[in-house]
Amino acid sequence: MSHAHTPGNGGAEHPAAPTVDEITDFEVLEIAVRELAIEHGLFTAEDHRRFTEWAESIGPAAGSRLVAKAWVDPAFKERVLKDAVKACKEIGIDWAEPTGFGTPSDYMNLRVLEDTPTLHHVIVCTLCSCYPRPLLGMSPEWYRTTNYRRRLVRWPRQVLAEFGLVLPPEVEIRVEDSNQKCRFMVLPVRPAGTENWTEEQLAEIVTRDCMIGVALPRPGRTADVHPMHRARRPVGSSRD
Amino acid sequence: MNGVHDLGGMHGFGPIPREENEPVFHADWERRMYGIARILLNQRVFTLDEYRHSIERIPPSVYLGAKYYEKWAIGATGLLLEKGIIKPSDLKGVKPINLNPTFSLSAKARGDSIFKHPSRAVKARFKPGDKVIARNVNPRGHTRLPRYVRGKRGTIQFDEGVFALPDANAHGGGMILQHVYSVRFAARELWGPEAPARDSVAIDLWEQYLEPEPARSSNGRGRNGRGRR
Repeated sequence: MSHAHTPGNGGAEHPAAPTVDEITDFEVLEIAVRELAIEHGLFTAEDHRRFTEWAESIGPAAGSRLVAKAWVDPAFKERVLKDAVKACKEIGIDWAEPTGFGTPSDYMNLRVLEDTPTLHHVIVCTLCSCYPRPLLGMSPEWYRTTNYRRRLVRWPRQVLAEFGLVLPPEVEIRVEDSNQKCRFMVLPVRPAGTENWTEEQLAEIVTRDCMIGVALPRPGRTADVHPMHRARRPVGSSRD
Repeated sequence: MNGVHDLGGMHGFGPIPREENEPVFHADWERRMYGIARILLNQRVFTLDEYRHSIERIPPSVYLGAKYYEKWAIGATGLLLEKGIIKPSDLKGVKPINLNPTFSLSAKARGDSIFKHPSRAVKARFKPGDKVIARNVNPRGHTRLPRYVRGKRGTIQFDEGVFALPDANAHGGGMILQHVYSVRFAARELWGPEAPARDSVAIDLWEQYLEPEPARSSNGRGRNGRGRR
């Protein structure tokens, strides 16, 4: 069966066609599967475009707004801790989007984990890459790597130190292995020096990494910049 | 299955690579692949449990070397082929599928989950505060009970609600509904005395993955005085 979408050998067939980049094997596979799926009526090109655009429209700003609001409004914080999906609607995030029933892996089930000065939460998915997309957008590449997945449940302090977050021994660490039907997000402690800040100012320092739990918010830190700390083992004697 | 995807606590892979500019997608086809997979799930062409299991069945050497969306592409293509929606001849000339051992498809599903007689009851067996043990089982099929908690003692923190058991749903077994609990395990219970005393790991587990912690014979009180269920 000959498809128009087998450009793997397209170079030979259409030598005059202008090429921007060399097409990779996986791109050939993606094109083939997508065109076959459309041909078989599994979805339309329009469905596909709409869903892809939705994926690109989401980001961590929603989570930042949620945390900032929870910091300034104790009653809202209570609602967040009690029923986070419901509370999300107050900041304009509907977990039922874009389908009416949510997406098949972003279950409409979210729990926000509240940090205290002596308790720190951090999130991982050891079995795949579960992530609270409606609030935080698409997961960063490092979150999906085998190394983050294998290490965080076993050596959380070392991993956090690599991210530049060295926690004293008196701070208890709770790792949330989020790989089932519930999604999780960290509600960090509001840092000192932000007492008279507006919600908008506060939201700026609540970066994605703070809500995964690999960083802490602080005045002046408005972006997730990762200093690399290769081969640094500041805690314990672990040989991982 | 005790697959390469079940990574919690493994040694020897090195540090966590991080990117400076963190692009959401590294190529346009990745963005499109994301859309394909999510829409196939939305349209119930396959379940998320089936999809996860398909990715888990990618041969370990390929799994560890593949990029994130390459795994998505292999997993989705494998399921479409297994379900007969597309034929191998449809993909003639598509190199990753073309019997190239570097890009082999997922291994055949071994649908013999040990969870053969799940309860259909949705009554909760456990409540917050209950002491439990994660079952020490090694099913060849799909499961969301990672190796690192098997046989370990934990405490129920929350009842997350009732959800379909992935062990059945990944193998065409339908929606067998059970309570899912957030269970907290002390780091020392999981990893031994080297771990910090107060640290812990919480994970959501299906009711069937758990057993009540047996009574300690030494104190004679029997399971915190709650009696048998």
